[in-house]
Amino acid sequence: MKLLEVSRLKVNYGGIRAVKEVDLELAEGEFACLIGANGAGKTTTLKAICGVLPAAGGTVRYAGESIGGTPAFALVRKGLVMVPEGRGIFPQLTVEENLRMGAYARADAGVAGDLERMYALFPRLRERRGQTGGTLSGGEQQMLAIGRALMGRPRLLLLDEPSMGLAPIMVEKVFEAVRSASRAGVTILLVEQNARLALSLAARGYVMESGAITISGDTASLAADPRVRAAYLGEGE
Amino acid sequence: MDIFLQQLINGLTLGSIYAMVALGYTMVYGIIQLINFAHGEVVMIGAMIALSVIAALAKSGLHPVLVVAIGTACAVPVCMAVGYVMERVAYRPLRGAPRLAPLITAIGISIVLQHLALMIWSRNNLAFPQIIRTETYPIGGATITNVQIAIVLIALAMMAGLALIVYRTRLGTAMRATAQNLQVAGLMGIDINRIIAATFVIGAALAAVAGVMVGTYYGIAHYTMGSLLGLKAFSAAVLGGIGNLPGAALGGVLLGVVEALGAGYIGDITNLCHFAGVSEALERRCSEDPHLVLFGSNYQDVFAFLVLIAVLVLRPSGLLGERVGDRA
Repeated sequence: MKLLEVSRLKVNYGGIRAVKEVDLELAEGEFACLIGANGAGKTTTLKAICGVLPAAGGTVRYAGESIGGTPAFALVRKGLVMVPEGRGIFPQLTVEENLRMGAYARADAGVAGDLERMYALFPRLRERRGQTGGTLSGGEQQMLAIGRALMGRPRLLLLDEPSMGLAPIMVEKVFEAVRSASRAGVTILLVEQNARLALSLAARGYVMESGAITISGDTASLAADPRVRAAYLGEGE
Repeated sequence: MDIFLQQLINGLTLGSIYAMVALGYTMVYGIIQLINFAHGEVVMIGAMIALSVIAALAKSGLHPVLVVAIGTACAVPVCMAVGYVMERVAYRPLRGAPRLAPLITAIGISIVLQHLALMIWSRNNLAFPQIIRTETYPIGGATITNVQIAIVLIALAMMAGLALIVYRTRLGTAMRATAQNLQVAGLMGIDINRIIAATFVIGAALAAVAGVMVGTYYGIAHYTMGSLLGLKAFSAAVLGGIGNLPGAALGGVLLGVVEALGAGYIGDITNLCHFAGVSEALERRCSEDPHLVLFGSNYQDVFAFLVLIAVLVLRPSGLLGERVGDRA
C-alpha cells in the first residue's frame, strides 16, 4: 500500500504559485528524496504535505485517507512528522524538554524509554540534556531536531534540508540517525540541496524544477542520468 | 509611626495584586504578542461576582473567611469563562491579522465588558462587604493587617502554582514552546489554539483572585475599576519585561512599592515650605501653617505611569526582558 500519495498538488506561497504540479508517492517503509535547486518548491511541497500550508489544488492522501485541510498538529498524531528547515529548536527549552515536546501528542507510556533511546543514539544530547536548545551548535541542534521528531514515533518522516549549514562530520552523524530510523521501518521523504548526499542515501528520488517534478526514478539511475549529473552533481556531460 | 516601613508594607500588598494581574498580560503577550487591554475588566468582573456572592451570603452565619472563599470560588470559573470566550470570539478570528486589529478589538472588548457590568451592577460605587474583621498587628513601628498578610501569602501561593504549571507540566512546556515558535509547536502535535485558550483562562483565574483582593483591600468596587488597575498592571508587566513571567511578578511588586512610597512621601517632598526662604510672603504663610503641599498623595496614580515612561525611555525591554523590539 502507498503510505503517501500526492497527485497534481498545487501550492501558492508568497503570492506566487510555488508548486505548479507535483505527483509523488511513497510506499510504507520507503526512503525517497526530493532534490532540486534553491527555490524549486521543495520546501513548499513538504509544508503542504504536512499541513502547514494549504494546497491550492490537487490531493494529498496519507495512509489511505485524504488529508487536505487537516492542520499539522492533527497529522502529527497520525504519525506524519516534519523536521522543518532551520531545525526549529525551541531556544529557551532545555534539550530534554525539546525532546519531550516531540512526544507531546503521544499518550502511551513509552516516552521515557524513547528518551533513553534518543540519548543512546545521540550521546551528545545526553551530555547537554539540561542546557537550553539555543546554546547548542548547529549540528547538535539538528540532532535534537531529528531526535525530537523520532520521539513522536513517526510513520512518515519529512526532513527539510537536514544538512544545511553543518560541518561534514555533523552531517555524517545526523544521517547515521536518519539511516537507522529508515532501517527501523520509518518511511522517509528527504528534501536536500546536497543532491549527491541525498542520492547516496535514498532508494528513490524525485527531481524538482520550478514547481514541478521533472525526473523521477531509483537513485542509481538518477545518479547516472546525464541531466542530473550536469545540473545537480556538478559534473560535465 | 515609621512611614517608610508602613508604605513598604502597603506597597508590597498592592504590588502582589499588580503582580497577579501583570502575569495575565505578560502570558498572553508572550504567546501571541497581543496586549489584551480587556484583561483589567476581567479583574473587575472577578470583584463584582465575588461582591454579589459575598453580599448574598453575608448574613448566612457562615464563617466570614468561608464566605469570601466561596465568593472567590464563584468568581474564578466565571472569569475563566470570560477569558475563554474573549479569546475564542474576539481574538482567534483575528489570528494572522495585522497587529493593530486585535489591539483595537481588545479595547472594544474592554468597553463591552465594562458596560455589561454597568448593566448588571449599576453605575454606582458599590461597597464591597467588609465581613472579615480587620486585625492590626504592630510591626517595627508600623502596622500590618490580617488582610494584607493574606493578600501577600495568597498571591505568593498563586504565583508559585503558576510557576509549577509553566515550568513543570506538559501543558506549561507546551505553552513555552508555543510562545517560542508557534509554527514548530504545531509540528510537535501541539494544538496551539488550545494552548492559547489555556493561557487566557489561566490568566483570567489569576485576575479573578486579584479582583477579590482589590475589593477586600479597598472595600469598594465600580464597573470602571478595571481600567486603571489594568493599565498599572500593564505598566508593571512592561517594567519587568513584557513576555517574561518572573519579570511581571517583579515589576508588579516594584510598581506597588514605588507607588506606595511615592504616595507616602510626595506631600513631604513637594512641600513649598522647605523653600520658605525664597520669598517673604511664603515665609509668612509657612509660619502660620508649615504645610503648603503642591502635590498630595492623591497623585499616587501618577507614579505607575512615570515608571512606565521611564522604562520605555531608558530600558524598553524591561528589567528582565532580553528581546528588544523584535516582531514589532
